[in-house]
Amino acid sequence: MKRTHSLLSASLLGLLLAIGGLSGANAAGPAPVQFTPPPESAMPKGEFGKSVKLGEQIFLHTGTLAGQFVGNSLNCASCHLDAGRRPNSSPLWAAYISYPAYRSKNGHVNTFAERMQGCFRFSMNGKAPPLGDPVLVALESYAYWLSTGAPVGGPVAGRGYPKLSAPALTPSYARGSEVFAQHCALCHGPDGQGQSSGGKVVFPPLWGARSFNWGAGMHSIQNAANFIKANMPLGLGGSLTDQQAWDVATFMDSHERPQDPRFTGSVEATRLKYHDSKYSMYGRTVNGHVLGSE
Amino acid sequence: MPAATSATSAAAAAPVALGQTIATHGTNQGVSACVSCHGTAGQGNAAAGFPRLAGLSVAYLVGQLDAFASGQRQNPIMQPFAKALTPRERIAVAAYFSQLPAPVAVPPINDAAIEPTDAGAWLANRGRWLAGLPACAQCHGPGGIGVGAAFPPLSGQPTAYIAGQLHAFQAGTRPPGPLGLMHMVAGKLSEADITAVSTYYGGLGHPVTTQANVHGGGQ
Repeated sequence: MKRTHSLLSASLLGLLLAIGGLSGANAAGPAPVQFTPPPESAMPKGEFGKSVKLGEQIFLHTGTLAGQFVGNSLNCASCHLDAGRRPNSSPLWAAYISYPAYRSKNGHVNTFAERMQGCFRFSMNGKAPPLGDPVLVALESYAYWLSTGAPVGGPVAGRGYPKLSAPALTPSYARGSEVFAQHCALCHGPDGQGQSSGGKVVFPPLWGARSFNWGAGMHSIQNAANFIKANMPLGLGGSLTDQQAWDVATFMDSHERPQDPRFTGSVEATRLKYHDSKYSMYGRTVNGHVLGSE
Repeated sequence: MPAATSATSAAAAAPVALGQTIATHGTNQGVSACVSCHGTAGQGNAAAGFPRLAGLSVAYLVGQLDAFASGQRQNPIMQPFAKALTPRERIAVAAYFSQLPAPVAVPPINDAAIEPTDAGAWLANRGRWLAGLPACAQCHGPGGIGVGAAFPPLSGQPTAYIAGQLHAFQAGTRPPGPLGLMHMVAGKLSEADITAVSTYYGGLGHPVTTQANVHGGGQ
């Protein structure tokens, strides 16, 4: 049935789902709609097309094309695979149709542009581009175009990362380090600092000064486990067990990284205010070091 | 040029010197001079499809020689040569070719200018993620210049060699690569894909002009 869905147009699928709802099969609400963004060959031309293309290029080469807002070695596409097109890799098209939305992270309704400002501030460890900045306009143009035909506000399959259920065993740093050595170090290096070639970062650093900061969503072990399970190793997504994903996410997120830009002056107070979660290692002591204290 | 005997005794301190001797003169055990096929600068032979060795990592080159010797990587020319080399000689010859400069220079790739209709360039730089296929450049680096010890350069390799290796990964006549990545990748390529992407990398970059005297020492 699922395979059939992917071949149907979104509108036809919606009709089928509506019928399913009438029969009581979907009492919990509409099932997520399958969506595929338009192919790159359909990218528009003209002035708007230039903005779409620029957005795609910023997404792929963020430090090169939006360096004034980037403070690390990551690109948008480091975590949003296939230039933001890939389902279950936080695709841009699923994000675009989900805003404006209330976010508990900052306690108010965020526009899509404000959501992207957060990416720059936390995931890119940089500065938020001002609203209306050509960088944000280009990224929003690209996201809008990718979302052509997607159901605004409705549930769409592939949004974010598929959420892993709680692990069978308490996640373990030690087991995670073994998973890392076997499945991750080939690309990200035994020290997690990634690899560059020809002046370009090819494999991003996973912790340390050139990675995402303590305020980024990926510092949550739950988020990281979700991402890793669905997408890592690159091209081999789904090959790790759920337990391996939890363990290696715990290992990755138990290393030092740039300070949370909302730092209050005290690690303890910052943990209480922003990181009061079993999925955050901020403020916890690992290998004798208080994470977030340097 | 050191004599073979002194090169052997100096091998522990200077494996490059021993490697150079083997590369340029072969061995008494029947191994031919590597450079007779792979070029005096290790640049390979595009017409014959013999691969470039210059500038590849020691770990990668040793791994390939070991795989030839064990038969995991199948090749009628290379298997007997690799078997006739001792493990130390394999390391030495790998060290020699590794320190030779890359034979091609690849200008920065402007992927904004690549059209989806350009199948080879698109696969190389963007992949085909609808089928779960990463871009070659996501592991082999911008312009396929290689990344670290595990991901060898693709630029500067003959088109016929790249196509042959993709077929070998498909058929299992060479090891699947770390994490089995290359078996996975090659399994998602059609014949047309292989032609397109090997032609793309085979034509990428331009020869570095100063190839003379690059084998003149272990610098």
